[in-house]
Amino acid sequence: MRPFVYEQPNDISAAVAIASRFTTDDEQPTRANAQFIAGGTNLADYMKLGVAVPNRLLDLNRLEEPALRQIRVSDDGIRFGALVRMGEAADHAEVKRRCPVIADSLRLAASGQIRNMASLAGNILQRTRCEYFRETSWPCNKRVPGSGCAAMEGFNRQHAVLGASDACIATYHGDFAQALIALDAVVRAEGSRGARKVPFARLHRLPRDTPHIETDLAADEIITAIEVPAVAWARRSRYLKIRDRESYAFALASAAVALDLDGDSVREARIALGGVATVPWRARAAEAALQDKKLDEASADAAAQAAFADAESRQHNAFKVELGKRTLVRALLETRDMKV
Amino acid sequence: MDAAAPKPGENQGEPLPRIDARLKVTGQAHYPADLPTANIAYGALSTSSIARGRVTKLRLDDARAVPGLLDIVTYGDMDKVEKPKFGNSGATSIGPLHDRTIFHDGQIIALAVAETFEAAEEAAQLIRAEYEEEKPTASFDSPGAKTVDAAGKNPMHKEDVKAGNFDAAYAAAPVRIDARYSTPTQHHNPIELFSTTAFWQGDQLIVHEPTQNVTGWKVELARQLKIDPANVRILSPFIGGAFGSKGPMTPRTAIVAVAAKRLGRPVRCVTSRMQAFGTQTYRAETRHRIRIGAGRDGRITAFAHEGWEVTSRADAYVVAGTSATGRMYDYGSVLTHVSLVEADRNTPGYMRSPPETPYVYALENAMDEMAVTLGMDPVEFRRINEPKVEPIGKKPFSSRSLIQCYDQAADAFGWAKRDPKVGAMRDGDWLVGMGCATAIYPTAAAPCAARVRLTSDGDVRVQCGSHEIGTGVRTVAGQMASERLGVPIDKVNVEMGDSSLPPAPVSGGSISTASVCSAVLKACDAIRTKLSVGATAEGRPLAGSHNEELDFADGKIVAKGGASAKIEDVFKIMQVGAIDEYAEFAPKGATPGALKKLYAGQPEFHGGDHDEDSVKYAFGAEFVEVRINRYTREIRVPRIVGAFAAGRIMNTRTARSQLMGGMIWGIGQALQEATEVDGRYARYVNRDLQDYLVPVNADIRDLQVILVPEVDHAVNPAGVKGLGELGNVGTAAAVASAVYHATGNRIRDLPIRIDQLIA
Ligand SMILES: Cc1cc2nc3c(=O)[nH]c(=O)nc-3n(C[C@H](O)[C@H](O)[C@H](O)COP(=O)(O)OP(=O)(O)OC[C@H]3O[C@@H](n4cnc5c(N)ncnc54)[C@H](O)[C@@H]3O)c2cc1C
Ligand code: SF4
Repeated sequence: MRPFVYEQPNDISAAVAIASRFTTDDEQPTRANAQFIAGGTNLADYMKLGVAVPNRLLDLNRLEEPALRQIRVSDDGIRFGALVRMGEAADHAEVKRRCPVIADSLRLAASGQIRNMASLAGNILQRTRCEYFRETSWPCNKRVPGSGCAAMEGFNRQHAVLGASDACIATYHGDFAQALIALDAVVRAEGSRGARKVPFARLHRLPRDTPHIETDLAADEIITAIEVPAVAWARRSRYLKIRDRESYAFALASAAVALDLDGDSVREARIALGGVATVPWRARAAEAALQDKKLDEASADAAAQAAFADAESRQHNAFKVELGKRTLVRALLETRDMKV
Repeated sequence: MDAAAPKPGENQGEPLPRIDARLKVTGQAHYPADLPTANIAYGALSTSSIARGRVTKLRLDDARAVPGLLDIVTYGDMDKVEKPKFGNSGATSIGPLHDRTIFHDGQIIALAVAETFEAAEEAAQLIRAEYEEEKPTASFDSPGAKTVDAAGKNPMHKEDVKAGNFDAAYAAAPVRIDARYSTPTQHHNPIELFSTTAFWQGDQLIVHEPTQNVTGWKVELARQLKIDPANVRILSPFIGGAFGSKGPMTPRTAIVAVAAKRLGRPVRCVTSRMQAFGTQTYRAETRHRIRIGAGRDGRITAFAHEGWEVTSRADAYVVAGTSATGRMYDYGSVLTHVSLVEADRNTPGYMRSPPETPYVYALENAMDEMAVTLGMDPVEFRRINEPKVEPIGKKPFSSRSLIQCYDQAADAFGWAKRDPKVGAMRDGDWLVGMGCATAIYPTAAAPCAARVRLTSDGDVRVQCGSHEIGTGVRTVAGQMASERLGVPIDKVNVEMGDSSLPPAPVSGGSISTASVCSAVLKACDAIRTKLSVGATAEGRPLAGSHNEELDFADGKIVAKGGASAKIEDVFKIMQVGAIDEYAEFAPKGATPGALKKLYAGQPEFHGGDHDEDSVKYAFGAEFVEVRINRYTREIRVPRIVGAFAAGRIMNTRTARSQLMGGMIWGIGQALQEATEVDGRYARYVNRDLQDYLVPVNADIRDLQVILVPEVDHAVNPAGVKGLGELGNVGTAAAVASAVYHATGNRIRDLPIRIDQLIA
């Protein structure tokens, strides 16, 4: 681990000011000299491994704005402060009642210890776990642009089948993000150029030929809150996560599903897929396939086919296409059968 | 009594809590890298990022510029010491800093030493190597892989066992199977990281390192450093998991010792989890072909087991589990053959039941396939083929309670309720499958020394250079002394893990309890004899009683008729303050030089298939239920039952704990564990516990261990069969059978994951 300067700004504007002093406009947050740290469960790990090499850390945990640590529930929806810990949100009674998919996605992630440390903003910005990204002796376009991609022809069992490019096939592993993109969440950010709202679906960038550009954020922008609108389909919602072991593992495939049903038939469906794509993945074709249909195994299967119509697999991850489909079918049927 | 402390059955000892349990759970047990050491410097390894070639240049300038850097030990600096040797005490013959040749991924290229751990790490990361790269051979099927016969390449495997005429019997058999199986690369990943702390006091070298073999290491390290073994002391009082990984010494130990000498300061090097994959040993991947021929009545007439094992180019590491699989059932004819496949890899090494885990997995999966082919219940199929003598040398088993294990485990599991039809059992969206398999592990023992002292106050000190790797050997050694000397366990203090104590063999091969307890027993009996003589002489309290009739209990010597004398009083009468006995135990069949070899760190193993009179094995039967989701095919294991018979059980709590840990590991081996090797570069890919999966609590639901009573006086004086490595043998085959039963998919390549079931 390399030495670095550690600072604890008092409030958001101080943090932004320091960040903008030590970063430039075109710098990616993950490559900048100064980087924010919240729970540190992702960033500190990657610093130890030499994958992230900031020389200045701005610790957000002392920011004094109380809203950063609050979950506010209103008729408009739920607003999560950026520093709320995963565990708090997962256990929050109103979150569980109004948006089970959110509580589930957090409860099924990581371990109890990590959920107690990790913040919600840090969670959505977590970086890929691609084995070749994590170890600096491999070529990796995301870590060192233009160096190549060792995973492409390597051991790519956990890699993405949706949204991949010729430069990078790394999976976005987070769970919470799938619930957020399904429910049309919005992220609030503050930077040197002011405050703004970013639709969650626009936060993450597809790898294309620039896999090192991961999000829409500037290096001096702090996420302050995540807002989830109140919608009719949030209550009948569920997160299904399939993994190699029962707990403490990333998804091989997952599905976030929210349904508004009229009897048996689908008034509105919201679907996101995890573990299979390079970014949080909204499956709009699958949603459209279900519109006004009776939800049964056949229509669920048709939706799953639509969701994976463009899937491309490689040597070790071909099973994910079929697994992803079945995960979605199961999630749809289980969500249909929820008692709400 | 709760499940963790099973009520002792016949020939089973009390479930005493571990005598070091409190120290461990309160964090007071100092593991070797925790030991506070004054003026310490920290070392960090720099390792190769290629698997084959030469280091042409090492750039050290950036590393040297790190504030706090003290030294870099690299090429040239080890020239005055001997290269390591491959064997029981040495993991590999590769001397990484003796030679610029790179033999494998993650080979040590330098040790950076600094004032702080952080500076050492930073410097190590800044060391840059330039290589002349060659295309490496990763594994089976890789270009350049060289296959050779294993027999004779390693003392562990002298010849391929066989019996009768397999070819003829197989050709004539009305029912036959011929199938191939494989097991993946695995790394031990004990939670305690590997570390070396070394310092010199004059010409005395002291090394704190977690090891399963203090005596062997003392001798081997002295050989490498060209010093007198009497000047080397290895300390390892607590070990946070070993599983074989801390048996043979790796090259790091001598490198750290050299660094400490150069600096004139203690040096501590803790290897990172990632670096351990290349700098320590591992279980290499194996392949198997099994052919079984049987009559329609289910009697096996022909059995062939061919195995292929990966090893390094430098060393012929062999496991050859055919010795056990070839003796498992009443086969009629047996043919076995083991091949080694040399690749550009680090040298593999012992990992919990090294031969049995892969080989018995293949055998038992094949047995289940054969039972299915015959349309026979798999338990019944094994019953039919239960041997009277082992098929290779026609020797009897010293004891064999396999059928009792099957009966008790089947009963507890509810095997009778299983519908044998594939895919017939369901619970909602979950397919239910049930399977079973045999566990076997050779019972061996080795020479061992121990010193036991009993004071007139009734305090006992047991000293033995064995190792508490988590098995509970410290507790059972104390228990043996407590039982023999009639003093409560809390008066017994047990010292282990120090090469200055009486030597014990390497803690491997499940020999520790048998060997250590036999030596402690012998020392205790010598103390008893002295006290008995003291108590029964003319005019003494128990005059007239015979020594053999005396019992030692509750601090008293009790004669047959009920007369007794307090041990305390006997000491007074004898006018002694303490009796101190040093005993050396040698198992039956030991050669005349066996004890000398013990002191030289080269213990002879006896038992298993080595003895003239009988073969000695412990057995078990495991039953597993799996549930597989009908859509997504993930596999869960809600229930597992294992019944095991292993001679005298010293302590039902520690025995259960070992077997439980083994079964849990077996589930992990079946469903999760695998080191992935990138075939293009011969490099390990998933080098941490995020991607190298082992079971978590949520994976293990209802687990039951049954300790089947068994008496075996032939194995050793303590009557103990080792069971530390028994529990994880067979488990993976039982899971594979259950998966077949649930789905009709016969998975032959471990681990069994969704990938294989979803297609
Ligand atoms: C062993 C392990 C298992 C895991 N399993 C799962 C799992 O199953 N599912 C899952 O979803 N996750 C899993 N995780 C990931 C874990 O959830 C994330 O590490 C965690 O949520 C990150 O949050 P943090 O607050 O610790 O972020 P940090 O590590 O502090 O930061 C992460 C990134 O976010 C940036 N950042 C943080 N806060 C802000 C902010 N307010 N504004 C702008 N940038 C910010 C940082 O600069 C950094 O780039 C696992 C992690 C580990 C170590
Ligand atoms: S998949 Fe992406 S992150 Fe992984 S090695 Fe390739 S470029 Fe790097």
